[in-house]
Amino acid sequence: MKRRFLLARETSEINLARAKNDSSDILLNIYRGGSNKRSEKSYDSHRVPVSRWTTVLDALIYVKERLDSSVAIRFSCRMASCGSCGMRINGIPRLACYTKISELGTDTITCEPLPNFLLIRDLVTDFQQFFDHHKKIQPYIQNKHLDPTTERLGEFKQTPQEVDEFLQFSYCIKCGLCYSACPTVATDTKFPGPQALAQAYRYFADNRDDSAQKRLDNVDHKHGIWRCHFAGSCSMVCPKGVDPALGIQMLRSHLLSITKKPKKKPAELREINREES
Amino acid sequence: MKIHYITGLAALLTVAVHVMMRVVVPFSISLEYENVVTNYQNILYALLLESVLILISIHGFNGLRVMLLELRQNAMWEKFVTLFTLTAMVAVIGYGTRTIIIVSGQSL
Amino acid sequence: MEAVKDKQDSKARPNREGLKAWLNPTRYGWERLSYWLMRLTGLFLLLYFVGHVYETSNLVEGLDAWNAMLELTQTTFGHIFLILVIGASTFHSVNGIRLIFAETATGLGKPGRPDYPYEAGSLNNIQRSGIWVALILAAAAMLYGSSILFGGD
Repeated sequence: MKRRFLLARETSEINLARAKNDSSDILLNIYRGGSNKRSEKSYDSHRVPVSRWTTVLDALIYVKERLDSSVAIRFSCRMASCGSCGMRINGIPRLACYTKISELGTDTITCEPLPNFLLIRDLVTDFQQFFDHHKKIQPYIQNKHLDPTTERLGEFKQTPQEVDEFLQFSYCIKCGLCYSACPTVATDTKFPGPQALAQAYRYFADNRDDSAQKRLDNVDHKHGIWRCHFAGSCSMVCPKGVDPALGIQMLRSHLLSITKKPKKKPAELREINREES
Repeated sequence: MKIHYITGLAALLTVAVHVMMRVVVPFSISLEYENVVTNYQNILYALLLESVLILISIHGFNGLRVMLLELRQNAMWEKFVTLFTLTAMVAVIGYGTRTIIIVSGQSL
Repeated sequence: MEAVKDKQDSKARPNREGLKAWLNPTRYGWERLSYWLMRLTGLFLLLYFVGHVYETSNLVEGLDAWNAMLELTQTTFGHIFLILVIGASTFHSVNGIRLIFAETATGLGKPGRPDYPYEAGSLNNIQRSGIWVALILAAAAMLYGSSILFGGD
């Protein structure tokens, strides 16, 4: 379903050639723009040889290594785990390492920096605002029974069902694609964004946390959760299946007191002496 | 947003009745002056019109307020938007209520 | 690299996509299209509503004023405009009801364990069908309205 919008026709001659493992060329347009307000933005175009499994990141690294080492790109794990290589590819925020050239269905690839983030240079953006929104929702377990001074070891007991309540939201890699896709973030600087709101739900739903009401109050303001209108773009672009839109609507249903789910049973904290372990 | 959901649902019901009133008789006849004024002079219909007016004004201007608040975020803009939409809402409700009261009291 | 302050740089390098993000509904699927249409129809209906309140106030001025108003509005263009209003209000209402359900997490599925290809559970055909139903009902209402307005009594 999701991929139908991101995949294009795969019947072009180029794709057929790639399917035979012949390499072919694509035109890679890379945004070049500086943090200096006087520098004009432009696009540099490069012909890059690609084959069947070449990703956009592979193509960018090819450019950086062999054609133009001044291109600024950010990447790390190359396997959709770190979230560093988020950029706008042919108009849609994607991870460069997770996007095959062949799945774009065109020979012209345009790479631009993620929208809604401050530009540092070329394809590298500043994530400070994004992290600030994340910090504001207090992304850590808060439990009054936890005593950091104790010498006893502790563990929470949770059933698999209790873990499933929040697990998918904990898969977030903070890549920022959802923040870029969101139409509210595009205009509202005070809106926390889908990532922060989904993380607010992640901790709300985790029964090791006992500050549910505080978390609801944190997002209950006119630039908070109420500015989400379920445009669904965040879930459409998320590479890890976090589905932030689901988390936000579930949080909202608790705020509206619509949900009929019983209040979560707090996780039992089991403390043991160090000698026992 | 609770106001938005509630006024939206309520407006849907009242507007549906309002529109049905224009369709139960042939449309062009339903728009004749005497027929319209007679409708207004029915107290229930006048109350229905008043509720449509209030509910749609609140829902519509609140929606506009939401969109404008998302465009810019500074204290002056927020005050201006809230004042502007509230004033527009009250003005439209006032103007529409004037029509309803005068016409429902008119003799043909 | 130094963290850049949004306040200082927002004029120099505005980082937000801005109004363009609202205006382009084509990139992200049905739910984004529904968001765009709700805003468009909402604004359109608000303008129509204000005009309608003014138009009906002609009743106060008497028969001549009312008939003059009818001459202006009971025209081909007026009918076409009214058909658009019918379509917009039908879509806005039906999709609004769908949004009330969706925004309270009804019909969006439950959290689970994501697996490749990591498709979002909330973007499912159950809640999406609400958009399709809204579009179909809007088209049907517009056809019905046309048959009344243009089809004679």
